[in-house]
Amino acid sequence: MRRAVVALVRKDLRLEARTRESVPAMVLFSLGTFVLFHFALDAQTVAGNLAAGVLWVTLLLAAVLGINRLFVAEREEGGFDGFLLAPVDRTAMFVAKASVLFAFLVLLEVVAVAAFAILLLERPPWHALPGLALLLALADLGIAVVGTLVGALAIQTRARDLIVPLLAIPLSVPLVIAGARGSAPLLAAAGAGALEGRWLLILGLYDLVFGLLAYAIFDFLLEE
Amino acid sequence: MTATVELADVGRAYGERVALRDVTLTLEQGRTLAVFGANGAGKTTLLRILATLLRAHHGSVRVLGRELPREGWAVRGRIGFLGHQALLYRDLTARENLRFHARLHGVAPQRIDELLDAIGLRLRADEPVHTYSRGMVQRLAVCRTVLHAPELLLLDEPLAGLDPGAAEVVQALIGPGRGTRVVISHDVEHGLAEADEVLGLRGGRVALHAPAAQVSVADVRGLFA
Repeated sequence: MRRAVVALVRKDLRLEARTRESVPAMVLFSLGTFVLFHFALDAQTVAGNLAAGVLWVTLLLAAVLGINRLFVAEREEGGFDGFLLAPVDRTAMFVAKASVLFAFLVLLEVVAVAAFAILLLERPPWHALPGLALLLALADLGIAVVGTLVGALAIQTRARDLIVPLLAIPLSVPLVIAGARGSAPLLAAAGAGALEGRWLLILGLYDLVFGLLAYAIFDFLLEE
Repeated sequence: MTATVELADVGRAYGERVALRDVTLTLEQGRTLAVFGANGAGKTTLLRILATLLRAHHGSVRVLGRELPREGWAVRGRIGFLGHQALLYRDLTARENLRFHARLHGVAPQRIDELLDAIGLRLRADEPVHTYSRGMVQRLAVCRTVLHAPELLLLDEPLAGLDPGAAEVVQALIGPGRGTRVVISHDVEHGLAEADEVLGLRGGRVALHAPAAQVSVADVRGLFA
């Protein structure tokens, strides 16, 4: 399976590097949303719960754009058939796509968190970064798993653009709650507070449950 | 002789519409079956069932000695499928596309250059596929089809979009003598000339099934009437 996962990941990263269809759109969307919040909230800076909410909701909506495009090349250019004709474990497609989406989310966050800090935070969140990175990494894993499942399901339908947000956003609510609650103290106006372990635990549990679920059912999503 | 394809009462529907009904046939190893029929007769559905890409809704399907879909895992990689879509990524180069499929099939990279040479695309192998003409894409799709030296070739109009010179080049890779073949064709004379057996479909049913030597061009043309 490793051989197939590596081939699929390389192919997807190469296609993204060449077409720039997903990551730039996700980044631009998040930057635009931060600018909107900057003006709509009529506040120079935000902190605590509000800051965490703005950051996590923006990242989730930007992730939806990436999920929407995750399987487009497979659908439009026959990639599904090409893959299904090969003597490889079908789970390789799931692992590869989730890995690619995870990589896209990390790239998005490198730019988006920096822009968020510049546009909406009072001071650079240096002390909050390790905790925030941990929360984001666990949440990214969950979004990658759920996003790959939803993307594979939606691509089989005509209403792909509708199905992805309708399924991905509700399924990601636990991630946003845990991420936002966990990062609120880190983004407090008085300086970074302590990261509560229970939010990490919830994110980890979510990743585990949905990871196992996706592993079990992904094969069926590739069936005609 | 060993049967490479064995179908018994195979049927398939898309919702209410029946695409294939009660198809029974046997194709021995090394032989070529030409499939004829008007648009919507069920030819592509039949090919996709044999390729493990579709499930038959009833009847029994055995390909390369394995029962489908239960043992589909055992025949994937032994089948070369050339359908309407080239199964190539337009933004990758020819070489990148073939390298991707070679990795999936566990094929040595040297085979890629051999095939690119064989179809005369070596010089443009590092250009994106979206810059290719239709005929060049088809030649590359043929390379992708035979990359892993399949035992069974499933070909849906393999010469579509090819000029006579390119068709000759491609025939060297997928023509008669290249293993067991199931070939869909709208070119009646050419299809008949290279076939051992003929299957004619009309409305998803078998309307003609006979050795090619016993079938005339007029018989086949009758399927399109």
